[in-house]
Amino acid sequence: MTETLLKVEGLVKHFPILAGVFQRQVGVVHAVDGVTFDVRKGETFGLVGESGCGKSTAGRTILQLYRPTAGNVFFDGIDLVKLKGEELRRLRRRMQMIFQDPYASLNPRMSVGEILAEPLVVHEVAKGQEIRERVDELLNIVRLSPGFAARYPHEFSGGQRQRIGVARALALEPEFIVCDEPISALDVSIQAQVINLLEDLQSQFNLAYLFIAHDLSVVRHISQRVAVMYLGLLVEMAERNELYSHPLHPYTQALLSAVPIPDPFKEEKRQRIILEGDVPSPVNPPSGCHFRTRCPLAEKICAEREPEWREVAPNHWVACHLV
Amino acid sequence: MNSQNGRPLILKVEDLVTRFNTPEGVVHAVNGVSFELHEGETIGVVGESGCGKSVTMHSILQLIPRPPGKIIRGRALFHDEDLIHLAPEEIRHVRGAQIGMIFQDPMTSLNPVITIGKQVAEPLMLHLGMNKADAQKRVIELLELVGISQAENRIGQYPHQFSGGMRQRVMIAMALACNPQILIADEPTTALDVTIQAQIVELVKKLRDELGMAVIWITHDLGIVAGLAQRVLVMYAGFIIEESLVKELYINPQHPYTLGLLRSLPRLDSNEHQRLTTIPGLPPILMNEPKGCPFSPRCPYRFERCAENPPLLEIEVGHRAACWWNVQEGKPRND
Repeated sequence: MTETLLKVEGLVKHFPILAGVFQRQVGVVHAVDGVTFDVRKGETFGLVGESGCGKSTAGRTILQLYRPTAGNVFFDGIDLVKLKGEELRRLRRRMQMIFQDPYASLNPRMSVGEILAEPLVVHEVAKGQEIRERVDELLNIVRLSPGFAARYPHEFSGGQRQRIGVARALALEPEFIVCDEPISALDVSIQAQVINLLEDLQSQFNLAYLFIAHDLSVVRHISQRVAVMYLGLLVEMAERNELYSHPLHPYTQALLSAVPIPDPFKEEKRQRIILEGDVPSPVNPPSGCHFRTRCPLAEKICAEREPEWREVAPNHWVACHLV
Repeated sequence: MNSQNGRPLILKVEDLVTRFNTPEGVVHAVNGVSFELHEGETIGVVGESGCGKSVTMHSILQLIPRPPGKIIRGRALFHDEDLIHLAPEEIRHVRGAQIGMIFQDPMTSLNPVITIGKQVAEPLMLHLGMNKADAQKRVIELLELVGISQAENRIGQYPHQFSGGMRQRVMIAMALACNPQILIADEPTTALDVTIQAQIVELVKKLRDELGMAVIWITHDLGIVAGLAQRVLVMYAGFIIEESLVKELYINPQHPYTLGLLRSLPRLDSNEHQRLTTIPGLPPILMNEPKGCPFSPRCPYRFERCAENPPLLEIEVGHRAACWWNVQEGKPRND
């Protein structure tokens, strides 16, 4: 087994809800409520869940873009939570992020060359001619023409912008990239281009990805291991094929059965598990198991006790009383 | 072709052309679209953003803003009436009554300052001439029909008190209020989570079968169409480029674009890791008068003949594709 690069232990991120003239705290959003997993060198770890489950907050908290409420994040053995200022900044070079919205994550007033040069300048890794050479090289890596350096983001399509976002993430030769829904804003025919690019770059530079997405088909395609998140907590985690062929948690089962398959013959025979209702608010998560309010199998114990996060088969973790 | 499985024709669209005049130039959004819909039939209209799938349906119901939009030519025959040339007050009797519509974004299609009960009652009072008390009774029935529990208590609430999935249910209740013969669903689940999407798709299927209405489901998701539609239209650059029964399309796609789309999808049902096949290049810009096959700049099978735009050629009964090349046999098609 390859070496662990990132180790997330009991990660918690709560956001206070402030109200009134004195901005008193009236409640807490339990965005991430205690999440534990690790990412190995060169691996793609998929984190799936529906909107509001806390997957993006988890990604940002891991990179210390949000400071965690509790828990630890070890990157190559160093606890990021304890680091501050310059020390943290120096380590940031080795971990980067690709954002969902290629329209909002590039500064419209900076040329592509400036966007790609910025990390190099900020981290003082190159200057003058070196910067220009590196920018050309980065554009080349993401298969864009070097001539694009002088152009501005609005001149590009969504897919091309996402390539620029990828090039920026690669500028400092990171080992780890958080990909936060990197293809969900793109057209179907462009999604495959970006997925293939991410896969090529991974093998070329031995990158580890934390791939955050709501699309279970894409996550299955790109990940080696997958964790499913619901209302701030992981409910299940396993190797890709194990999770997709033997889902144990009722939520994973329902989620997988809800995904349409582009095959009319299979669709005809499928039995769907249709969940009732909506995801509850993370301000007041249900007692016991967070999923119990929508779970078709819920019993009395599910409301009384939080299910334990246990390894039920080698490398297959699940949090459910009934498994 | 007047019937499919003996079902009478309900809507016949012929040679629809819609353009938009913008400061940058003329956008050729829909470039001669023809299709038919039969009673009780569900068709899926598939394509990427900008392919003209929404503009086609909006044109039929006179919902495109004019100007800048302009319907250059075409007819949309619904019970021998041409919807495109109906007077504004006449089309209003069709829209929301005989033809219901649901949209992608349930957050913006509802009025935030009017209660749910009043909004669902509006088509009932407007089209069916119901009085307030009757309308309210029917609203409660409709909300229960679409799976909103405690409907009596919820009719006094405002849209912001409903979740995204619940708002889409309200939209469906409104669309169904006057027992339409056709429901046009324009990407109604794109903004929703997958478990909520499954709820809505199941609901529409159930209501369709109970009420016997025809459905036009517009989407970019080939997965949803596979489980929902009987027939599929694939659109690209304002043209229908392939039309087929749903099973035939997925086993035997005939247009290189359809083939490319199907191959580029990551599959939930495959254990093997296969590299995705990509469609190179970018979706087309519709600023120029279409010349030649619109897909040819991205097409791996392009040859000389593609300089001429192919019409929809019949491959077999009910399956047509606009391509000069026979992708399945690897040779030019005899037309």
